[in-house]
Amino acid sequence: MNILWKKSATNLPFFETAIELFIRLCGISSIIFVFGIFFFVFREGAGFLFNGLDLGQFLTSIEWQPTSLNNKRYGAFALIVGTFSVTTLAMCLAVPFGLGAAIFVSEFCSPKLRETFKIIIELLAAIPSVVWGFIGLTLMNQMIIRVFNAPIGLTMLNGSIMLALMSVPIIVSIAEDALKAVPDSYREAAEALGATRWQVIYRVLLPAAKNGLLAAVLLGAARSIGETMAVLMATGHSVNIPSGPLSWIRTLTATIAAELGEVARGDEHYQVLFIIGILLFTITFVVNLIADLVIKGIRQES
Amino acid sequence: MNTDMPASPQTIFTETEISKHKRWTENVMRIFFLVMTSLMILPLLLIVGYLFYKSLPVLSLEFLFTNPKDNMRAGGLWAPFLGTIYLVVVSLLVSAPIGVFAAVYLNEYARESWFTRIMNLAVVNLAGVPSIVHALFGVGAFVLFAGLGESILAASLTLAIMTLPVIIASTTEALKAVPMSFREACWNLGATRWQTIRRIVIPNSISGILTGVILQVSRAAGETAPIMFTGAVFYKNIAEGNLFAYNITEQCMALSLHLFTISTQVPDVSEGVPYGTAVVLVGSVLLVNAAAIVLRVYLRTRKRW
Repeated sequence: MNILWKKSATNLPFFETAIELFIRLCGISSIIFVFGIFFFVFREGAGFLFNGLDLGQFLTSIEWQPTSLNNKRYGAFALIVGTFSVTTLAMCLAVPFGLGAAIFVSEFCSPKLRETFKIIIELLAAIPSVVWGFIGLTLMNQMIIRVFNAPIGLTMLNGSIMLALMSVPIIVSIAEDALKAVPDSYREAAEALGATRWQVIYRVLLPAAKNGLLAAVLLGAARSIGETMAVLMATGHSVNIPSGPLSWIRTLTATIAAELGEVARGDEHYQVLFIIGILLFTITFVVNLIADLVIKGIRQES
Repeated sequence: MNTDMPASPQTIFTETEISKHKRWTENVMRIFFLVMTSLMILPLLLIVGYLFYKSLPVLSLEFLFTNPKDNMRAGGLWAPFLGTIYLVVVSLLVSAPIGVFAAVYLNEYARESWFTRIMNLAVVNLAGVPSIVHALFGVGAFVLFAGLGESILAASLTLAIMTLPVIIASTTEALKAVPMSFREACWNLGATRWQTIRRIVIPNSISGILTGVILQVSRAAGETAPIMFTGAVFYKNIAEGNLFAYNITEQCMALSLHLFTISTQVPDVSEGVPYGTAVVLVGSVLLVNAAAIVLRVYLRTRKRW
């Protein structure tokens, strides 16, 4: 449609001009909103970020004592470690299953079975995060106590399992797209040489689709980093450098969710929460950007 | 011994060691991946089954139509359920037109350039922004800057922006599925761009667009973090049975926040109530999603081109 587009709109009726203007406005809305999000979150936190916050302390200290009366500390290091450790463990669980399921759905499945699996994965993706948190709080909590003989089941492991279940659908759908994007001629050439299905996958498809698979993992990780309610409810929510899967942690997102309701507007503590928001926005923005570049990279090659 | 005998068909087609091994690996791999995929069905069934089983004592129509009682330790879900409906409807009214027209612009108007590239990137990034950052944005932009205060309106606008990418993505897909020849035929009859979109493109992709809208509803209904500080409250007493009990400039309760509250903040909640809340929330979200899936399948069977 782009080739046929021409500027013949000289004497269009007024209505038509107005509606085209409206459509254009909607078109750029997503750009406006992304900038708007950054602007408004930045605006609330900027005062303290440039004037008062010790950025070195913020990024390296583990002392998070925003409500202390005479010794206020804003060290977010433990929260950053919490976010990344729970995400890493979640990815260790989700990536093998996600990629395995993507390979099965795209290469081994009959079309009918494929539709069924895709619907199930879609439904899994639809379960709200607060429900995952609730499951972590009840079912998974009891299971971890029973299996590991732990005193309490609200741990990093619990949160990671919930995050893994939440990010698996994303990984499966993007990885499946990546495998589908490999031209059929590759498969045919390999099969003509006598390769079995598994050999085709292992030797031809995985190397050819590696960029798309990487993007799938990155987007799954971005989802885990940004997840709030599930980690707030399932990880124990206590500032701590984790020593293993069974220790409790606290994440950046959960800190905002738990504390924003209790601070006064304009307060240092309030502004620090918005600075954490800027940090989160930057992290997920960069991860999404990298994933997008990786995907675009494949598209240009093929 | 048999060296002088010609190779019989049996010996030619007997498996060699290597092909036996190949077949074995192939089967092992197939089963391995099948198990991996099936393991994803398990949690879905387990969770829905577990929640349903635990909530059996409280589930009834009355549960849905009475207010929470006794400091939210007992009673039903009327106030949060109605609140969620308000939030979803208002956010839908905002995000559906913007999302659909944004997709129309990207697909029907914009030329391939660095600018459309940035636009697509913005949509992807908007979808990737963490929900709690959307909440901070909602507080900064709608509650404080626009002066809406904590209200249904502020919360719905936050939800609308958050769910916009869902509608843009599925509408784009639906528009792409309309064959180019349809548009060309219409232009050749002298129709303008907008007439073509209005009479040909949108009618032919309306069901795909609807699927996106339905998915937006399910996403908006389940979100907790973006509404926590922009308009949803822990408790609010409203008239039972009155569909217009909320005012959009006031705060409301919401199912998702209610589940969070009664499972973490309120002590001694009677056993079945949190499970019942979870079942109602999951049930409505999955039902809405199932509707989208049914619509899509139905569509595919009666496609005219």
